[in-house]
Amino acid sequence: MAHEAVIGLECHIQLATRSKMFCECPAEFGASPNSNVCPVCLGLPGALPVVNRAAIDAALQLGLVLGCTIREASVFARKNYFYPDMPKNYQITQYDRPLCEGGALPVRLCETARSFPLIRIHVEEDTGKSFHPERTGDRPVSRVDFNRAGVPLLELVTEPAFRQPEECGAFLAGLRRLARWLKISDGDMEKGHLRCDANVSLRPPGSASLGTKTEIKNLNSIKGVEKGLTAEIARQAAVLDAGGRIEQATLLYDADHDKLAVMRSKEYAHDYRYFPEPDLPQLTVDAAWVEEVRGRLPEPPWTREDRYVDHLGLPAYDAAILCETRERSDYFEAVVGAGTDAKRASNWVMTEVLRHVNARGLSEREAALRLPAKSLAVLIGATESGRITSASAKEVLEEVFEKGGDPEAVIAARGLVARSSPEELLPLVREVLAENPGPVAQFRGGKQATLGFLVGQVMKKSGGRAAPQVVQELLRAELGALR
Amino acid sequence: MSANRWWGRPATTLAACVARGELSAEQAVESGWEAASTWEGDVHAVAHADATVRARAARTAPPGPLRGVPVIVKDNLCTAGDYPTTCGSRILAGYRAPYDATVIRRLRAAGAVLTAKGNMDEFAMGSSTEFSCYGPTRNPYDLTRVPGGSSGGPAAAVAYGLAPLGLGSDTGGSVRQPAAFCGVFGLKPTYGRLSRYRLVAFGSSLDQVGLFARHAGDVALLYSLLAGPDLRDATTRASPPPDVSAWDRGVKGLSFGWPENLWREGVEPEVVAALEEAAACLERAGARRVAFDFLPGTYAVATYYLVATAEASSNLARFDGVRYGPRAPSTDVWSLYVRSRSQGFGPEVKRRILLGTYALSAGYYDAFYLKAQRARTRIRREYQAAFGRCDFMLLPVAPTLAFRLGEKTTDPLAMYLSDIFTIGANLAGIPGLAVPLGLAGSGLPRAVQLVGPEDSEPTLLRAGRALEVRGEVARLGREHETEFPWPMKR
Repeated sequence: MAHEAVIGLECHIQLATRSKMFCECPAEFGASPNSNVCPVCLGLPGALPVVNRAAIDAALQLGLVLGCTIREASVFARKNYFYPDMPKNYQITQYDRPLCEGGALPVRLCETARSFPLIRIHVEEDTGKSFHPERTGDRPVSRVDFNRAGVPLLELVTEPAFRQPEECGAFLAGLRRLARWLKISDGDMEKGHLRCDANVSLRPPGSASLGTKTEIKNLNSIKGVEKGLTAEIARQAAVLDAGGRIEQATLLYDADHDKLAVMRSKEYAHDYRYFPEPDLPQLTVDAAWVEEVRGRLPEPPWTREDRYVDHLGLPAYDAAILCETRERSDYFEAVVGAGTDAKRASNWVMTEVLRHVNARGLSEREAALRLPAKSLAVLIGATESGRITSASAKEVLEEVFEKGGDPEAVIAARGLVARSSPEELLPLVREVLAENPGPVAQFRGGKQATLGFLVGQVMKKSGGRAAPQVVQELLRAELGALR
Repeated sequence: MSANRWWGRPATTLAACVARGELSAEQAVESGWEAASTWEGDVHAVAHADATVRARAARTAPPGPLRGVPVIVKDNLCTAGDYPTTCGSRILAGYRAPYDATVIRRLRAAGAVLTAKGNMDEFAMGSSTEFSCYGPTRNPYDLTRVPGGSSGGPAAAVAYGLAPLGLGSDTGGSVRQPAAFCGVFGLKPTYGRLSRYRLVAFGSSLDQVGLFARHAGDVALLYSLLAGPDLRDATTRASPPPDVSAWDRGVKGLSFGWPENLWREGVEPEVVAALEEAAACLERAGARRVAFDFLPGTYAVATYYLVATAEASSNLARFDGVRYGPRAPSTDVWSLYVRSRSQGFGPEVKRRILLGTYALSAGYYDAFYLKAQRARTRIRREYQAAFGRCDFMLLPVAPTLAFRLGEKTTDPLAMYLSDIFTIGANLAGIPGLAVPLGLAGSGLPRAVQLVGPEDSEPTLLRAGRALEVRGEVARLGREHETEFPWPMKR
């Protein structure tokens, strides 16, 4: 039997604010356990929350870029449940009046522009982290680290708009890119900066009704989302095909073993007893704040991609790679801004610069410091004009990324200016012709491609410094003369 | 009664004497403990005290308007480095707070000395101070009767003279009602005027730190020292608090509401007599009586007990034995929760957590909590409408004078109904002042309540002051001021 999957995602984005959501503790990752804590985030008696406006600002940036409606008066709510890593045994979140509603994330999937609609984005606090079970003697021991308790999170809930696990993976990658683009989150899934739960149900293709859904938690990598959903869709399909019924449940995905385990079934579903947080007045975001944030939003990555294709004439493939990070596309734009042709700039950034970034494990920011966009533009210009050969240009890049320094200085120091005088190159050409009677004969026999080989031999003799145009002309002239 | 000439002086007088060097801060503090030597054994108003701690605090008190003045504060206000903060509950046995509450910090900065932590109903849930893990507090005017609650400890201690000032918390009348039962002033300020930071929460949207004193002028001074915005409490108001320095200006030209319908039935004759006497006094002093019917009493008790218990059920979730307080031995985390909480909380607290959890549960939220919120909005509007017709209202504090120990502990509903006249101010976020009005024939203190619109503390204190001198402020010099009768040891 054929099935159609209906999938909705709940994504948690950990914000990279300096302090926590409701107190002044640092929100940094990796401090020693229980060092970034205070009475507020430990839930000590009488402590009260105070909203971190930087977190609201980040939420506004994301909401506005995604085209959400911003609620002028949103309300914090308490979500009540007992868990040892939640200090107050309730989480301060937003419930029926979230900060952002609607909106959509544009995503390019297999060269097709798609847009996945959102239900809402709201602000909340993270929990601590439990570690268990450990053992002290023969007694099992659990430990809790509250450093993460109270770190600001955005929860983004999509419409059930996905049909394929791959769409979910692409959405998550797009969301991660955007969060980093806005610099509101580090977006590192391994560190839990971006987490994802999914709701999935099956129905006959074309049906308008929805089947019973299950929720999968802990889909904490893009591969994990795709694999976890694929596994659950296959499981549900098998149950339905065997005439069974899907039980509403919460499942946990174990990425290491590619396995799903039932976390709790419906009868153990929590009643969170949401109610408005009485310790916080409603959150007022006036039009002035919204407009101020809107005024400093960067151009979104998908708009940039379109512009590269429509105005710079780049292939969509180039545009996508250049806009993977804001640093990269800013760098590319600076190279173009310094007078380089867009496609040429794109080729250099995508191949040469990225090769060094990847090979050397540099961040794109570091790379831009070692080879400023202006310098790359100069290097490309020198190559285009034939002042240096592309082989020399690669040599320059090698040194600049290795030791730093100004490309012009490297060209001068290494004597890389191309040798283009016929008087200088003619002896090399003649040597090559004398040493390669075979290819010479082939060329004469009409095999034009042999010329390239001969050019290469001359280049080699020149240590890569001969101007290939000049070499080619000389070769043709010599071969003609020899005839 | 003590021969100590300092005992029982107004806080302002005591502070002036300390400032002039007529007595030391330590002597000022210990004068209260001389009174305690007579009373504390029977009354049991104190939850935590330490002679060394208070002597050190007195010696090191900074100069300020309250330098050397002893203050007793309720056991749910966090105090660091001196006494435990236990909310009268086993679940916080031995808990010592790492920081002072904002009001405590301001109190200490003004030079006041914390002389003790006062007994209270567990987590401020109660109207009689019988629900404390330390045992009940008794009324110094009649040891067979309750001091009121939940701030019964500070009220009784201020009444018998341990300290001229006290701090409590008022969620539904927990300052005003014990003030009335013990014959002292009790102010519940406008919501958001006194910081709740590190006041252990009961019902967050209703809780407000309240003040006890024996004199209207002392209430005004204490209010002016403690009120004001606190960046750590997002529910405090950002604007400067109203100026209460004109508390002694008289009531000429003010009008007071007289909603007589509220006490036509179910209210003791002594309470009604006090109201009539107060109204006559205010009129003599130049205020005008405006009679009208006022009805929010009808749904107030139900509304209050839904909102307060719902918030409490969530606020008290943090007391789980995981991070602080006693932990019951258990093999897994769920039994740790269940055992620690079952052993740690007393019966009234459990009852309210259950009520509140139920009110917030899926399927009941709309019928209970949401409906209560709507009723609350309506009650607030009805108060606003009433204050369109008068500057403040004269109301009873409680339907009865101090009742007997054990009289209502087995009948929660009767106990809840005794809050009927005080909870309105909490639901509406407005101030209320309990004003002592002499003793009834039975020897028990009588009182009336003044309730006004938001930030009407200056008006309430002017009226309270007028009643303090029996409405004759215009004619009587300060030296004739009538001192409220001290309790007599029987």
